[in-house]
Amino acid sequence: MRFLRAAPAIAYAGLIYGFIFLPVAVLVLFSFQGSRVPIPPFDGPSLEWYRAVFADSRMMAALGNSVVVALLSSAVSVILGFLAAWGLARHDLRYSRLLHGFLMAPLTVSTLIVAMGLLITFNAIGIPKSLLAVGIGHVVINLPLCFAILYSQMGAHQANIERAARDLGAAEWQVLALVTVPMLWPALLAGFFLSVTFSWDEFIIAFMVTRFDATLPVEIWSMLRTGLNPRTNAVGSFVFLVSVAGVILLDLILFGRKRN
Amino acid sequence: MTPAAPGPGRGDARGWGLLAPALLWTVAFFAMPLGVMGVYSLWRRVGMTVVTDFGLANYVDFFAKSFFVESLINSLEVTVVVTVVSVLLAYPLAWILAERVPPRWQRLALILAILPFWTSYVVRSYSWLLVLSEGGILSGWLQALGVVDGPVSFANNRGATVIGFVHFFVMLLTLTIYANLVQLPANYRKAAADLGAGPVRAFIHVILPLTLPGIMVGAFLTFVLCIGDYITPQILGGGRELLLPQAIVMQISRRSDFPMASAMAMILMAVVSLVYVGFARWLKLERV
Repeated sequence: MRFLRAAPAIAYAGLIYGFIFLPVAVLVLFSFQGSRVPIPPFDGPSLEWYRAVFADSRMMAALGNSVVVALLSSAVSVILGFLAAWGLARHDLRYSRLLHGFLMAPLTVSTLIVAMGLLITFNAIGIPKSLLAVGIGHVVINLPLCFAILYSQMGAHQANIERAARDLGAAEWQVLALVTVPMLWPALLAGFFLSVTFSWDEFIIAFMVTRFDATLPVEIWSMLRTGLNPRTNAVGSFVFLVSVAGVILLDLILFGRKRN
Repeated sequence: MTPAAPGPGRGDARGWGLLAPALLWTVAFFAMPLGVMGVYSLWRRVGMTVVTDFGLANYVDFFAKSFFVESLINSLEVTVVVTVVSVLLAYPLAWILAERVPPRWQRLALILAILPFWTSYVVRSYSWLLVLSEGGILSGWLQALGVVDGPVSFANNRGATVIGFVHFFVMLLTLTIYANLVQLPANYRKAAADLGAGPVRAFIHVILPLTLPGIMVGAFLTFVLCIGDYITPQILGGGRELLLPQAIVMQISRRSDFPMASAMAMILMAVVSLVYVGFARWLKLERV
């Protein structure tokens, strides 16, 4: 009886989970395809296409570019976000609501428009298309996230702990290094890994403001011109795997904090 | 809300100093570029040069040429369909996760439900191409069931674009609606039952109105992200009809017409702002 009542819910959830996972499953399965076309019938498993991807120097250069941009832009985002959150949460500044809103504003605008603005501005003032330009753009979209995450963790409770440290004679830099940063470590890491994931997957900014230094999503995009290809499956599966690893890491960090 | 606790020196100067890097970055690489685009949109490209006379010619052009207006209409149609379908599909899933899955499994179920959310737009759209294109998985299934005789293609049309979008936004909306549902105190449902409401009435008059904020936040995010996305329609849509972002990118990549592209970006922003005003009463973002 109970099962019969639960059956529609199970069926519906199964259907939607199927819909959500179908394309990813197909992507990963046919990355192990034996022949040259990633459509049924499946005739693998074969690691040939992964070998082809990792032997491709263009692809590896794109991978390197993606890693560099993701790590550096995320580090900058976390540092700027932390400083801003600390400044805004611990100082009674005028216009603080307005400033808060302004720092969050990039989240409300399409990434396409952010990318275009950077392209047109860099073009007008003569900054060439480059990885640096991509990194700048990725900080623009990740800074609000890092700021919001860190600001939400700087409440009265944390302020009291900092005050206690000061009362006990800690200098300002000691409060920062020995109290605030260790206390906010999970939030700092969460902001960092979230930014890494977004930067790693980001396409439109990287597409618009680079010419030769493509990142991985841009390189995959240019592979699409050749149609369906198990190599694209292989590199796509790899990109997905890295993102998932980042998300799981993020979840472990947040989950660990919850238990404490 | 975080109350501003009395700081070390209470020095405003120190606070501003901490804020300065983030503010300068956002001004230089976000606000200023938007301003530059605003100015460009009032200029005009003639031949290969940009003429710096201010005027509304680009905007007039946009609404005078059916090619541009159609791209806007296509975008609005696709976005509205995607938003509505995604809400309808996501709500029951979020409800099942919150109400029918045992609490200790909810986290895992939710993480699984949004795992493919973390794929790059490019990879996700390509994956749907694998499913929908001629001879792909879907075609194979239909052949095996005897529904069709030969390989069929479902890619390269508006339906494929909508499927690609709905896939992404079902995950997003499941997240926002679930977050809203688990916040509701169980007492509300008991109270409704005590007052004589059946499960259906309790849902329509109690649960649904209380989850409206979750629906609306998710729907707004869906609208904004969907109407501004270039990749999904470009990969799955087949190019017979263009959506607004595709028309914008075309102005840049094919014609290098920055003024026209800027005007179109401003129009896109105006549409999003109008929608924001429409949604504003539900979008108290600090509540999420």
